[in-house]
Amino acid sequence: MSWRKFFRRNRADAELAQEIDFYLAAEIEENLAQGMSAHEARRRAYLKFGNPQRVRESMWQQNTFNLIDNTWRDLKYAARTLTKSPGFALVAVLVMALGIGANIALFTVVRSVLLNPLPYRDPARLYTIYERNSKDSKASDAMPVSGYLPVDAGSFAEWKRSAQATAELALVSPWQGYNVSSEAGKLPEQIEAAWCSWNFFPVLGVSPAIGRSFTADDDRPGAEATVILSSAFWKRRYSSDPSIVGKKIWLDANPYTVIGVMPSSFVYSSSFGGNNVQVWAPVAHEAPSWLMRTYGDHEFLVVARPLPGATLAGLLSQLSAVQAQIRAAHPEAHDAVSGRSMLDDAVEGYKTSLYALLAATGCVLLIACLNVASLLVARTAARSKELAIRAAMGGGRLRLLGERLMESFLLSCAGGALGLLLAWGALAWLVRVRHDMNRVEAIHIDSVVVAATLATILLCALFSAMISVASGNGKVILASLQESSRAHSAGRVRAGLRKVLLVLEVGLTVVLLVGAGLLLKSYERLRNTDLGVPVDNVLTMHFGLPDARYKDATQVVAFFERLLERVRSLPGVQSAGLVTAGPGQGWGGDNLVTVVEHPPLPKGEGFDLMTRGADPGYFSAIQIPLVRGRIFTLDERLERAHVGVISQSAAALLFPGEDPIGKHLNDSSENQVYEVVGVVGDTRWNISQPMRPTFYRPLYGSGYSVATIVLRSERNVEGFAVPVEKIIGGMDADLPVGDVMTLRETIGRSALDSQFDSILVLAFAVIALLLAAAGLYGVLAYLVTQRTSEIGIRIALGAQRESVLSLMLLDGLRPALFGLVFGLGASAASVRLIRSMLYDTQPLDPAVFVAVSGTLLVVAGLACLLPAWRASRLDPMQALRTE
Amino acid sequence: MGKSNEPNAEMLKGTLDMMVLRTLVMGDAHGHTIAKVIERSSEDVLEVEQGSLYPALHRLEDRCWVSSYWGASENNRKAKFYRLTAAGKRQLVRETNRWRQMARAIGLVMGEKTLAEEGER
Repeated sequence: MSWRKFFRRNRADAELAQEIDFYLAAEIEENLAQGMSAHEARRRAYLKFGNPQRVRESMWQQNTFNLIDNTWRDLKYAARTLTKSPGFALVAVLVMALGIGANIALFTVVRSVLLNPLPYRDPARLYTIYERNSKDSKASDAMPVSGYLPVDAGSFAEWKRSAQATAELALVSPWQGYNVSSEAGKLPEQIEAAWCSWNFFPVLGVSPAIGRSFTADDDRPGAEATVILSSAFWKRRYSSDPSIVGKKIWLDANPYTVIGVMPSSFVYSSSFGGNNVQVWAPVAHEAPSWLMRTYGDHEFLVVARPLPGATLAGLLSQLSAVQAQIRAAHPEAHDAVSGRSMLDDAVEGYKTSLYALLAATGCVLLIACLNVASLLVARTAARSKELAIRAAMGGGRLRLLGERLMESFLLSCAGGALGLLLAWGALAWLVRVRHDMNRVEAIHIDSVVVAATLATILLCALFSAMISVASGNGKVILASLQESSRAHSAGRVRAGLRKVLLVLEVGLTVVLLVGAGLLLKSYERLRNTDLGVPVDNVLTMHFGLPDARYKDATQVVAFFERLLERVRSLPGVQSAGLVTAGPGQGWGGDNLVTVVEHPPLPKGEGFDLMTRGADPGYFSAIQIPLVRGRIFTLDERLERAHVGVISQSAAALLFPGEDPIGKHLNDSSENQVYEVVGVVGDTRWNISQPMRPTFYRPLYGSGYSVATIVLRSERNVEGFAVPVEKIIGGMDADLPVGDVMTLRETIGRSALDSQFDSILVLAFAVIALLLAAAGLYGVLAYLVTQRTSEIGIRIALGAQRESVLSLMLLDGLRPALFGLVFGLGASAASVRLIRSMLYDTQPLDPAVFVAVSGTLLVVAGLACLLPAWRASRLDPMQALRTE
Repeated sequence: MGKSNEPNAEMLKGTLDMMVLRTLVMGDAHGHTIAKVIERSSEDVLEVEQGSLYPALHRLEDRCWVSSYWGASENNRKAKFYRLTAAGKRQLVRETNRWRQMARAIGLVMGEKTLAEEGER
């Protein structure tokens, strides 16, 4: 047996036919020679030879690999039967494609983001170390307790000294930024930047693609200013010019020598961001010297690689002891440390939602398989006579089963191929819309994903085929053949199985709908959260004045004032103000304050207030209401700036039952005392977080050099972006403007996660609902066809058409009802898992459960109505004749 | 052919190949001749079932014991001729030896010396 012969079967067969012809001819001649008549001679020859066809067939078999041949034949047969009902095939393939595509996409994301190692040397041994407070002080009650707080440089220095023999420690501050000056026709721009200790890259085990890494000599206050560029920044702004190394670029109006460019594969992600860092600079050179010594300003993250033999637990216990000592000496420090692997640190925030989405797609795939199985069962039922005849003629059970398997295999394969395309498109889309997500750049389809796809396709094929095979009972051949019409036992059994499948489908759909409902509600809540100010028609733009050019506080104030004056005079601008960080725009800074008039608190304790610098016009521009007292005036600036305004919640926190006006606040870190002159309304710093008490002080004179322009107009507020940028460009051509967006967009951006999750899950739920509805419709339509004559008799005997309608409707709705009950139970058990994704929404929100039940019943009712209505409209004469 | 053939068919299964090879010792032949020669030389006791002859020829060709070529028959028709190869000759010797042993052994068991001796001829 050889492949050559396998493929030359046709030729061999032709030769054999010729040989047989020759044999017969020779035999006939011989017979003729014996004196037989022509007819007799021919008859004898054929009689002697036997059946030529059988000889040819047995030779053919000899030349054939049976398995391949059978498979190929099954495949051809399956393809032929499928093309005979293209509607069925198309629907099944699309359903499979959706299910498989969504799963591949999510699996790829989960694998690339959550499971694949980070692109560093031996990444499993890299940890991010944080500080924490063993017990949170009462001032932080408003904040959720976090075990992972950034680190102060003072503690880091002591950690490093004591852990020399245990681990390599590196310091990084990934939330810095610079203004890049305009140069060679390129506009100025604001970029995100990171300060890091010189050993940061060596600890990670990465080195620049071109140029060199930092040395200890670069990482000291008096060194020449050096910087390493990210690959993306180098490509974008410097057109991948390799000669950039050694040249100078201007950051914040200071010259920096570029010493290297990182490889494009390098990216740093932490739970505090870092994805978009464009340049890296040595920390000791960049940070002011007080920041490098303080224990009270937590500006850094620490990356640790334990030396061989050491473990994270050992390192943490060692550092904890050090930190407890630090706390004893410096009350402003935190008192404990914590740490987790760098991978966990980067992706912890996405785990729940990605796994929830994966579970949702799993449900969709299961529903898709159930639907295809249900369609196959229906086809088996419709073809029961054909199958019975084939079985009666000796068609082997295995052959029949093989055919069915092949059919569902074909469907799954086509679905899988289409699904892979869908997944590819979906991933491309995801990478585009979610570039804010950590590690999104690592998403790609690799060989494991392809293998998983193949496995999924096979599993789906097996699953659907097995269900449909289980429904066909080989022993009822005779019954099917006799089943000329009225006694439809086998038909009933099959519909019964389909009903069970439907219950499962509806149940899963309900789970998805509940999940989607909860997420949507939470998203709605988030979007409609009261920021504390009216959000429409407000534009915000951010800029920062470099110290190198604006050395003097009066220069800064003059710039602010001149800018505001010009912006306010733009035609159409209703009001404008300046603030360091507007509502919803993020943390923006906090300070520990004490009340001067109150009995002194133990050292290191106080009230943690959000701190903002604002110009006097800001409050009316953004429409924060004044509750008591007054706003500080234009005149209270520079050395007369020791006045402030607090928010209502700050007043309630600091001065319960007292009048705050005229009291004084002591800012412990800067040792400044401010007189409280007024109380204003609360705002949120992040829409998904609770309000926090806030302290406003004059922008003109508290040392601020960054500001956000807040601009309100009647309409079309986006249109003011360009005029304002022109004004700024006219005042300082090197000054970039960033974060240009409306307050609405700011909220949208904070709600992006929530929007993304809720819309995806909703999409999956809608797909599931459609599939379930199609399933309900299909089963009831099938039942109606099966019972046509029965219904005909009923109507002929005088049954009311309404009662027929309700009879059929109930029959169809029963699986939906069971499914609903099952689904509600399953949802109640599983929604707790997504609790952390919900904002201001209870997992067992009754409104959502009721709405889901209502939606499902309406859709199920509509799906069942058509076949039931058709049944009730049957013409009894026709129905009885239908055989 | 019916009844007498049934035991033959069983027996032929192992021996048809051998007999075909033996027939070809006399010279190249096509399927019809081979069948005729076997029948004649068995005094018409063995009737070659065509259903097994052609698969047998095919099998022998597969194993390179015979080779085939298309030629003209006695009465000038196109026919497929089979020729014994060197490997086929060796195979024939092996099979003949085995057959003789077998026939003798069966003869001994059956107590029919004559048949056994006849077999040896």
